Amino acid sequence: MTYQADEKGYYGEFGGAFIPEMLYPNTEELRQNYIRIMNEPSFKKEFDQLLKDYVGRPTPLYFANRLSEKYNTKIYLKREDLCHTGAHKVNNTIGQILMAKKLGKTRIIAETGAGQHGVATATVCALMGIQCVVYMGEIDIARQSPNVARMKMLGAEVRPALSGSRTLKDATNEAIRDWINNPVDTHYIIGSVVGPHPYPDMVARFQSVISAEIKTQLQEKEGRENPDYVVACVGGGSNAAGAYYHYLDQPEVGIIAVEAAGKGIDSGESAATSALGKVGIIHGSKTLLMQTPDGQITEPYSISAGLDYPGVGPMHAHLFKSGRGEFISITDDDAMQAGLLLSKLEGIIPAIESSHAFAILEYRKFKPEDVVVINLSGRGDKDLNTYIDYFNL
Amino acid sequence: MNRINQKIQEDKKILSIYFTAGYPALNDTAKIIQDLEKNGVDLIEIGLPFSDPLADGPTIQRSSTEALKNGMTTEILFDQLKDIRQSVSIPLIIMGYFNPMLQYGVETFCKKCKEIGIDGLIIPDLPVDVYHEEYQAIFEKYGLINVFLITPQTSEERIRFIDSVSKGFIYMVSSASVTGAKSGFGQEQQDYFERIASLSLANQQIVGFGISNSETFQAATKSAKGAIIGSAFIKHLTEHGVDSIANFIKKIR
Ligand SMILES: Cc1ncc(COP(=O)(O)O)c(C=O)c1O
Repeated sequence: MTYQADEKGYYGEFGGAFIPEMLYPNTEELRQNYIRIMNEPSFKKEFDQLLKDYVGRPTPLYFANRLSEKYNTKIYLKREDLCHTGAHKVNNTIGQILMAKKLGKTRIIAETGAGQHGVATATVCALMGIQCVVYMGEIDIARQSPNVARMKMLGAEVRPALSGSRTLKDATNEAIRDWINNPVDTHYIIGSVVGPHPYPDMVARFQSVISAEIKTQLQEKEGRENPDYVVACVGGGSNAAGAYYHYLDQPEVGIIAVEAAGKGIDSGESAATSALGKVGIIHGSKTLLMQTPDGQITEPYSISAGLDYPGVGPMHAHLFKSGRGEFISITDDDAMQAGLLLSKLEGIIPAIESSHAFAILEYRKFKPEDVVVINLSGRGDKDLNTYIDYFNL
Repeated sequence: MNRINQKIQEDKKILSIYFTAGYPALNDTAKIIQDLEKNGVDLIEIGLPFSDPLADGPTIQRSSTEALKNGMTTEILFDQLKDIRQSVSIPLIIMGYFNPMLQYGVETFCKKCKEIGIDGLIIPDLPVDVYHEEYQAIFEKYGLINVFLITPQTSEERIRFIDSVSKGFIYMVSSASVTGAKSGFGQEQQDYFERIASLSLANQQIVGFGISNSETFQAATKSAKGAIIGSAFIKHLTEHGVDSIANFIKKIR
């Protein structure tokens, strides 16, 4: 049994490509070429070089001494917050821009919620001198204005998504519609392990550098490649997919996925897809998603814009359904407290998405000898206003 | 014989109209269908609204959002249609996205369609491959014809596969785009329509996307069997209301 995608992009019963025929040529071109291109020595060389010199990889695996003391276990932080642009998102956009170039594409589109993926996409487009259009919900544009400004400085055009609920899911719809309208010259850089095959697998492979590095770094520090647990927050699931990737088929490594409970699972304002979702189709993928009994996709809620997605990548749906992953959901309040605690104990202000992963330490007890790696997916700069408002700083 | 197959055999160009069920008002469904038939429309696509219609442009998106706000659900649509065959005899197709059908249960959905007298389905995000492997047997058990789309980018090999799975007609998308009225067809579209006509497929083609008036209807049906109007009809309903359906259809042919 493997937890990787099969040839048709299925993780167990989840995944596949439920797309309108208009998208078939686009995704088919990608499907037929992505593994071949990723394995080309020239591609690998350029990808690795950019991750090193431009993104700043390898990111440190840092032993969090005071946090470990407080929770009486051995906690390591994988410092994706130190990546250029402030989060893991750029690992994927570097990979996909190189992929787009190999495929001869001259125009890039992307969706963004909080703006992190939009910024990471605009960044690599600037780097490569390629035209970039980012779709962003009208409501998100209003509440994430610094990232809108960043994208503009980087030369991207930010187009408001005016349909539906005017947030991330609608921005994704608009990006997909743009791709339908521009099937030949455009590549769609999707921002997480979501969407139709081959996206979930391709994005997971680009993010897998996270767990590849953890293995080597843990070997140096602990004399073994495998931790007892890997913990990551899950929005669409890309930082988690990268942190789990090389451990998926090693049952001795516990996988912990942390979702956003928002104001509480039963509050009606939540984004805890594994707890609240049912099997269905969203953005071309069969997976768990939050929806009405009638099959209309509903709007999630979390204080953290990056976790505010009504679905979850098919890999994670499978990890949940099969029991391979342990799923925990964390409320806004607990996440905010965990963010404050990490700042005070370790001098690191985390993105609120990442704070969710740290909040489990209050609930999930580990043994003193356990080695627990927490993926610190991003830094808190972008969230400063939310922290200020919440704590009256 | 399925009403779609009968209609296709008639010696005339087919005018098909799409509308979103539940729009402009929740209970307009039956009246719209009846008026369309009265005015000589050959085939009707009843849109089951969805929150996230990926293949649709702004007009159909907006009508879907409104319809859902008006309270439309799968169950209500079936209820509105339960007596439709007492007054309407042209072929009726339900067009909708796959998720609401999955939640209803694909087999239950098909069974209900048969009871009502629905003749076929168009499900843009159910790819032909998945249909063929997982759902074809169910659809056929209930006598439903599933209609597939092709686009200018679809390879000949794939068109032939789609033709082999199709049992009614092929929905020929006029250009690489989402739904919505365009300014007309150029040489590129004409070449594409003729290229498809020259393939001598088992299924005839009906053109959709970008048909909005008599001129585009004529252009599209020069080599194809018929054409489908969606967004332009919805715009007409928005601007002139459900009592002016005759005015719209009269201008098409
Ligand atoms: C710092 C950070 N972590 C996590 C996420 C959630 O995305 P994913 O689940 O794909 O890692 C985001 C998304 O914007 C993010 O910015």
